[in-house]
This record gives sequence, structure tokens and C-alpha cells, in this order.
Amino acid sequence: MDLRDLYREVILDHNRSPRNFGRLEPADATAAGHNPLCGDKLNVTLRLDGDRLGDVRFDGQGCAISVASASLMTEAVKGKKLADVEQLYREVHALLTDQNYTPPTDLGKLMALGGVREFPVRVKCASLCWHTLHAALESGRNAASAKVSTE
Amino acid sequence: MSARPAVAAQVVNRWLRADGTLDVALLRGQFPILQRQVNGRPLVYLDSAASAQMPLPVLAAVDHYHRELHSNVHRGVHTLSQQATAAFEGSREKVRAFINARSVREIVFVRGTTEAINLVAQSWGRQNLRAGDEILITHLEHHANIVPWQLLCQTAGARLVAAPLNARGEVELEALQKLISARTRLIAVAHVSNALGTVLPVRDIVQLAHARGIPVLLDGAQAIAHEAVDVQALDCDFYAFSGHKLYGPTGIGVLYAREALLRQMPPWQAGGDMILTVSIDRSTWNDLPWKFEAGTPNISGAIGLGAAIDFVESVGRPVIAAHERALAVRASAQLQELPGLRLIGTAQHKAAVVSFTMDGIHPHDIGTILDTEAVAIRTGHHCAMPVMEYYNLPATARASFGCYNSASDVERLIAAVARVREVFN
Ligand SMILES: Cc1ncc(COP(=O)(O)O)c(C=O)c1O
Repeated sequence: MDLRDLYREVILDHNRSPRNFGRLEPADATAAGHNPLCGDKLNVTLRLDGDRLGDVRFDGQGCAISVASASLMTEAVKGKKLADVEQLYREVHALLTDQNYTPPTDLGKLMALGGVREFPVRVKCASLCWHTLHAALESGRNAASAKVSTE
Repeated sequence: MSARPAVAAQVVNRWLRADGTLDVALLRGQFPILQRQVNGRPLVYLDSAASAQMPLPVLAAVDHYHRELHSNVHRGVHTLSQQATAAFEGSREKVRAFINARSVREIVFVRGTTEAINLVAQSWGRQNLRAGDEILITHLEHHANIVPWQLLCQTAGARLVAAPLNARGEVELEALQKLISARTRLIAVAHVSNALGTVLPVRDIVQLAHARGIPVLLDGAQAIAHEAVDVQALDCDFYAFSGHKLYGPTGIGVLYAREALLRQMPPWQAGGDMILTVSIDRSTWNDLPWKFEAGTPNISGAIGLGAAIDFVESVGRPVIAAHERALAVRASAQLQELPGLRLIGTAQHKAAVVSFTMDGIHPHDIGTILDTEAVAIRTGHHCAMPVMEYYNLPATARASFGCYNSASDVERLIAAVARVREVFN
């Protein structure tokens, strides 16, 4: 276990100065994530742009891994097609948990999270933001469909 | 000449050096787990407040039970069952003497502190709580001394009231007193806080309460290994603790309760062992304490706990307390020197627990970095979320000390915490 593998430069940088930090108001969807083990709390707000994720922000309290992962996530998903976001969600999940996983395409800065799987108790810190984003997208879908059904 | 008996008494304690201080190296030899390497380095175990490690005599007692005595208790005519019962009940007597209860009838074996408090809530609480009544706790309680009362209050229509803390993490007697009302039916407080290390003025609290006819439950989980606990001197009505924080096994704990209360309380769990007679229509209850011990108990756990008590007594609680406290004071002083480090919980009367935070670094990251240095601490909310809320913190890092910790453990802790800064800079 090498600490430098967990706390890579990119992670420390995004922890120090998180990107897309804050809340979108109004937002098309929001979700709150909570990791009771360490007390991490994270909110994700997003706006949709057709079939794309128009904008996304996060805020909350968390450890370096959790903050950096959320920051990296917002950079990676902003402007992406929703289907591609889902695909990325699955790939990052595999990257965080599966020792033998190599993503089919280079995940860019997200690859910095590759060290987390050597620290099993920290996997949840890195994945919290992704689960929260996923929940926000789901709620956005349901709200949209709810709207559709009432029209 | 008159000093002689005292000197003689000290010489008998084989854990002390000639100068009267604890021989930590000798004591550490009793804890095989401390020989372990973690991440290629010798383990520094600073999480005894979560679970204290077990010395050889405890391991041996549990092993002996499994190899020689294993059988069910209270129900066999055969030799093994008789010997297992004698060992099991022998441990109960050790617990009684350890906390100076009047009788073994007041010593109920349970799974741990949590189960002890749930027992009181569900048995005594359901019987005695009415709509509009109040239970008074404090803001520093472990969830085990909050949530059982919440459940009870919900069913009874009662109210849970919590006394505030001051900035040092102390419970002030006057503040607590103000919250006692005509409807207060029970005061349930920690003897020592696990998150802050605060030692509560429990003797005064009991006096206040008893002056108004209110019984008191003390959550002794964090006190039992660090203070000489005497339930008669404390005059409390209930006292709960866990074996695994007293150098004993997990899955065993104790509820002490005044015999008069236990007599009136209805059984909580029902089944074998807790009855005298059973017919399909009705049953009669066994004598105390077995009325509250339904089913096959944790026999090996109780025997291990008995051995742990013998061990602790051989070292002496005042000796242990003084040793740990000195380490905690030293660690606190050195931690405070580090830039951006803040101690959480600075009570005047404190046990061997040091909670802290570092500017800009989450406790979870501190914990991981310390672990790579083989320094085991606890990080998180310590099952005391209201404490974290009070200090407006998501979590803290907590180092806690046991009898086996040494000055070099403190040095390793300080060096590892300094390393945290390096990683983040
Ligand atoms: C103050 C306090 N109360 C209760 C408990 C619960 O003890 P157990 O988990 O052994 O039931 C703990 C353990 O962390 C504690 O520190």
C-alpha cells in the first residue's frame, strides 16, 4: 500500500480547489448522498439539456478522496450525453472496485482514482458522488415522467 | 515502621517496577496481538476505547473452556456441565466483587452495553413510563444511550430531553439540574464520554436525582477499564458495561441493577433458563438474575470476562488509570504543538481519550495515513452524532489509550500525524 498511489497530485489538487463547487438554482434534479461511516455529506444539483447533462455542481463536506472524486466527476460528465454518463458511472465503479479492471478507453483524470481500490475502506468515499449523481438523474427522469403523466 | 504494609502490598504487584511505575514492556508481553506487524511495521494500537486487546490469561481461559468444559450451563448433571456452570457463575461473582455490588443477583450477563440499556428501556421503561413523562440524557451520549430511549419514548408517548455541553465538552451540573422536571422518570448518562473523554460528575448527578426520587442509569462502557467503579459508592440504580472494552471478549457485557428494581421489572426476553415452571397457559419466572437471561448465554465470553477482571485487578485500576492518563496528557500536549491541530473535548476531568481535528484535512484521511504507518486510531462520529453536531464537525480522529500503551506509542502517533501534513502539502 503506497500512500502516493491514493493521494495522487490530481486528487490533492481537486481536494484543495474543487471544481464546480456549489449549487445550481434552479436545478432540474438534485440528490443528497450520505456516508454514515465517515460523516461525508454531498449534494449534487444538475440541469438537463435535452439528452445531455447541461450543467452539474456539487457541495458538501467530505474527505479528500470524496471531494476530489466529486470534483473530477463534475468535470468528466458535464455536457456529456446521459447514456454516456451512465456508461462512465459503470466504468468508474469497476475501476474503484475491481482489481483487474482496465477501462476500455482512457478515463483521463478519473484514472487518478485507480489507487483507491488498494484501500477497500475508502471505496465508498470515492463512489458516493457517483451514486448521488445517479440518484439525481433517476429522480430527474421520474420527475420528468411524472410531469409527462400529469399533462 | 507503619509504612511497611503498604510497601509490602506494592511488591506483590508483579507489573510494577521498583520505582512503583508500570512495567509496560512486561505487560505488553501478555498481549500477543501487539507483536503484529501492520503494513510492515509494528502495530501501535490506539483504539482501546473501541475494543481493548485481550491478554494471555483471557485467551487461555476461553481456550480452556472450549477444550475442557464446553457444554450447556444450568441444566446438566454431567461433569462438564457442572464445571462449565461453576466457571460461568464464578465469573458472575468476579464481576460482583469488581464493581462492589451487594449480590450476584444484581449482575445480569448481557451481550454488551447496548443490550444492557435496551433491557432497561424495554423492561423497566415500558413498565414505568407514561405519556408525558421525560427521560433525561446528555448531549454527549453514545447512540446506545440515545436510541433505546427514543424507541421507548415513541411507544410510551414520552419525551427525551438532553442536557447541553459547554465548550470544553463538559456537562455542567446546574444545566442538567434545570432540565429535571416533575415528569422526569429516569436520568441516563455516560460515566465517561467515548467521543470526548469527559468524565461526568456522576456521583453528584445521582445525588441530585435521588433527592427527587429519580433513578439513574450510568453507561459505564468507557469507565469500567479506567476507573475504580463501585456501584454502592456511586449509588446508581443501573450500571452497564461491555467486556470487550475491559480486555475481555466481545459478545459479553453486564447490566448491574439494584435488586429491588430487578424484582419488580418484568422479563424482557423469554425462553429457556429464565423460567421456573412452564405450562401452556402460564409460566413462572426464575430467580434473579436468571429471570433476565433467556436462552443459552455466552458462556465462554463470561469466563473470558472473569479472567479479564482478574488481570485488571492484578495490575490495579488506579495504576492503569494513572499510566494511561499520563500518556494521554503527553499526547495532547504534543499534538497541540502541531499547526492547525485542534483538540476536541478539553474537559478538566478527562479519561485517556484524545479527539482531534486538523485544519483542511478530513479525519478519514488522517486515519488512512496513520494506518499506513501502522498507527491504529478511530475516525468518524464515534456513534455520537449529537456530539459532532454540537461542535459542528462531520467527524474527529480519536486516539485512545490502554494499559499496554507506551511512551514510544505516543511518539509514533505524533510522527504519523506530522506525516499527514506532509502528504497534504
Ligand atoms: C459510551 C459508550 N456507550 C455504549 C457503547 C456500546 O457498547 P457495545 O457496542 O459494546 O454495546 C460504547 C461503545 O463504543 C460506548 O463507548
